[in-house]
Amino acid sequence: MSDFIYSWVGIAIAVVTIVSILACAWFLKANTVRRPSSANSAGNSPGTTGHLWDGDLAEWNNPLPRWWMYLFYITIVFGLLYLALYPGLAVYGGVLGWSSTGQHAAESKRWDSRHAAMFDVYLKQEIPVVARDPAAREMGQRLFVNYCGQCHGSDAGGARGFPNLRDNDWIWGGEPAQVHESIARGRQAMMPPQVESIGAGNVKAVANHVRSLSGLPNDAALAAQGKVKFEQVCVGCHGMDAKGNPALGAPNLADRIWLYGSSEESIIDTITRGRNGVMPAQAEFLGAGKVHLLAAYVWGLSRDAGK
Amino acid sequence: MQAGMQEAAGNPGETYNYRVVRQFAIMTVVWGVVGMLVGVIIAAQLAWPELLPSVPWLSYGRLRPLHTNAVIFAFGGCALFATSYYVVQRTCHVRLVSDRLAGFTFWGWQAVIVLAAVTLPLGMTQGKEYAELEWPIDLLIAVVWVSYAIVFFGTIMKRRIPHIYVANWFFGAFILTVAILHIVNSAFSPASFTKSYSAYAGVQDAMIQWWYGHNAVGFFLTAGFLGMMYYFIPKQAERPVYSYRLSVVHFWALIFTYMWAGPHHLHYTALPDWAQSLGMVFSLILLAPSWGGMINGIMTLAGAWHKLRTDPILKFLVTSLSFYGMSTFEGPMMSIKTVNALSHYTDWTIGHVHSGALGWVGMISIGSMYYLIPRLFGRTGMYSVRAITLHFWVATIGIVLYITSMWIAGVMQGLMWRAVNADGTLTYTFVESVKASWPYYVVRLAGGVLYLGGMLIMCWNVWKTVVGSRPVDAPVPAPTMAHA
Repeated sequence: MSDFIYSWVGIAIAVVTIVSILACAWFLKANTVRRPSSANSAGNSPGTTGHLWDGDLAEWNNPLPRWWMYLFYITIVFGLLYLALYPGLAVYGGVLGWSSTGQHAAESKRWDSRHAAMFDVYLKQEIPVVARDPAAREMGQRLFVNYCGQCHGSDAGGARGFPNLRDNDWIWGGEPAQVHESIARGRQAMMPPQVESIGAGNVKAVANHVRSLSGLPNDAALAAQGKVKFEQVCVGCHGMDAKGNPALGAPNLADRIWLYGSSEESIIDTITRGRNGVMPAQAEFLGAGKVHLLAAYVWGLSRDAGK
Repeated sequence: MQAGMQEAAGNPGETYNYRVVRQFAIMTVVWGVVGMLVGVIIAAQLAWPELLPSVPWLSYGRLRPLHTNAVIFAFGGCALFATSYYVVQRTCHVRLVSDRLAGFTFWGWQAVIVLAAVTLPLGMTQGKEYAELEWPIDLLIAVVWVSYAIVFFGTIMKRRIPHIYVANWFFGAFILTVAILHIVNSAFSPASFTKSYSAYAGVQDAMIQWWYGHNAVGFFLTAGFLGMMYYFIPKQAERPVYSYRLSVVHFWALIFTYMWAGPHHLHYTALPDWAQSLGMVFSLILLAPSWGGMINGIMTLAGAWHKLRTDPILKFLVTSLSFYGMSTFEGPMMSIKTVNALSHYTDWTIGHVHSGALGWVGMISIGSMYYLIPRLFGRTGMYSVRAITLHFWVATIGIVLYITSMWIAGVMQGLMWRAVNADGTLTYTFVESVKASWPYYVVRLAGGVLYLGGMLIMCWNVWKTVVGSRPVDAPVPAPTMAHA
């Protein structure tokens, strides 16, 4: 078995296990007496072993309680049977051929075959159509709280570093196909650390300029100084108008929506150390049917927000 | 009496070393209050997460290991030191082999506890459950523990009674095994004075950790306290131990099978299936050996049941065995894979642990201390027997509230996590199960407050008993004739 470097280790473990269990039974048997040992008995009293400690500490010579012995034997027999049926002897997989991975695969298969049709029926419909179907949206919501809520929140309101999915602001684009793509294949955002390209002395100035873009309080002199560097370095991804670029996942810096916070301190941190937001790919894990329903649900959320 | 036996008797004026027993006994009560107070605080944090100021030192993640270390190693550890030193002397009819080394174990162990109380809130941890302390403290523990072993086994070796009393088998197994467990599991490579990494990796690390973890339960929290049980129950009941043969069989069966049971902490993980099954099988076989101790203790009362009505110390000792029997039945059941699939990661586990910790370990220690403390301080009994009775009922109600609320919460969480809709999605999100658990967290807190309250009653009673007393060191008696 692949659990061991040397195969004899597994065999040794199996032998030690069986011998150990049998030794328990033998030990129990060897200590079984029908009646109290008579050496010190008087009449019906079991008598003591004759040892005495600390003035008055003694021990009766009672035999093992029968029901306790039977309990012990039953657990031993159960143990041996279990090891015959299930893997437990290191080199022997058991009569039933059970394994935890096998059980998981069988259960997944059973559930998938039972439910695939419920999800896959929507694959034939366009995402906007699915998003209008109340039954599909209910199912989408349940999938969302199961699989997406851990990061995006069960209300899809997002958290620091995890975008709000209920508004109309989209880092990677809000068209049905783009939302589907984000879920199915994942996204890897990449804001590189920029201290070297803009100079350590300019970081605070650029941060003030970034705050000025969305009308947040800022130091005007610093912001003007930062504007120069911004237009040399940052516009490549975030654009001349700072409204971002969904193709690169560069966020709009001219609105009041902030993934990592809008404080000067937080923006300085973003510029200095960069950000690497990750949306993991779900296609392989969830399958096409569930991804389709989720795309429709998420797209539908922001469509509702736009109304 | 023969001349030869006279020579084997205690030297004229030789006394037992009660000083170290007194020190550990008093600190048992002190650390009990401290450890349980931290437990109450973290129970309150679970119900009201923003209870304390938002500073790292007071966060749940740092206080929780402080609680477990304080109650297991400070409260439980001091109780084990106190009782084992007392019992080994009195059942070997000889003074401890070295007063200085015994004194070192006291101060060394207190140093470990204080260092734990400082480093854990600071976030210094090896991240191994019940083995969190960083490597310099681990080394100190190893030195103290080896000294403890020398004092204990050295005293056994110079005993004046040929037969070794059953309590000492259990104390001996506990001391020896904990040394092995601690040294193997704590193997590390240091990165700095306050940071180290485990010598093992991945699933091997997990397996070593739970081999340690479960045997910490088996040997620290079970075998050691069974040693206590085997002395204080027959003493307080004034009856012989029920069955010598049963004590032999369940002792060897218990210490042998416990060693295999660790993998049941890792069901349905990356641990190979065969190792999981093996852990489960031996956990089930462990049921009878565990119950052997309970039967032997409870049946010792045969013919003395009436004493339970009037003697609150005996109430503590015998009720502790009922909780011991209950949790050692529950444990094997929870090790069954299908049961574990429901119970694992839920508060059921917390309830199970506390029926053992509050019910068994706590009550047997408290009962033993009530027996011990007056004798160490030259009193005929505790200052107030009614206060002991009150403590017993407050503690018992506290335990019942604690474990029933955690059973309900645990089973509910397990069922909520596995509930599925018609389309196969989960019915509940995780946070819904947290929300549903809230009332039970409040009930658990109430149980914990009661148990702590009982400890405070004990504190007052001990204070009243000890103040103005004259500590005594009992004389080592001449050996009694074997057939009394």
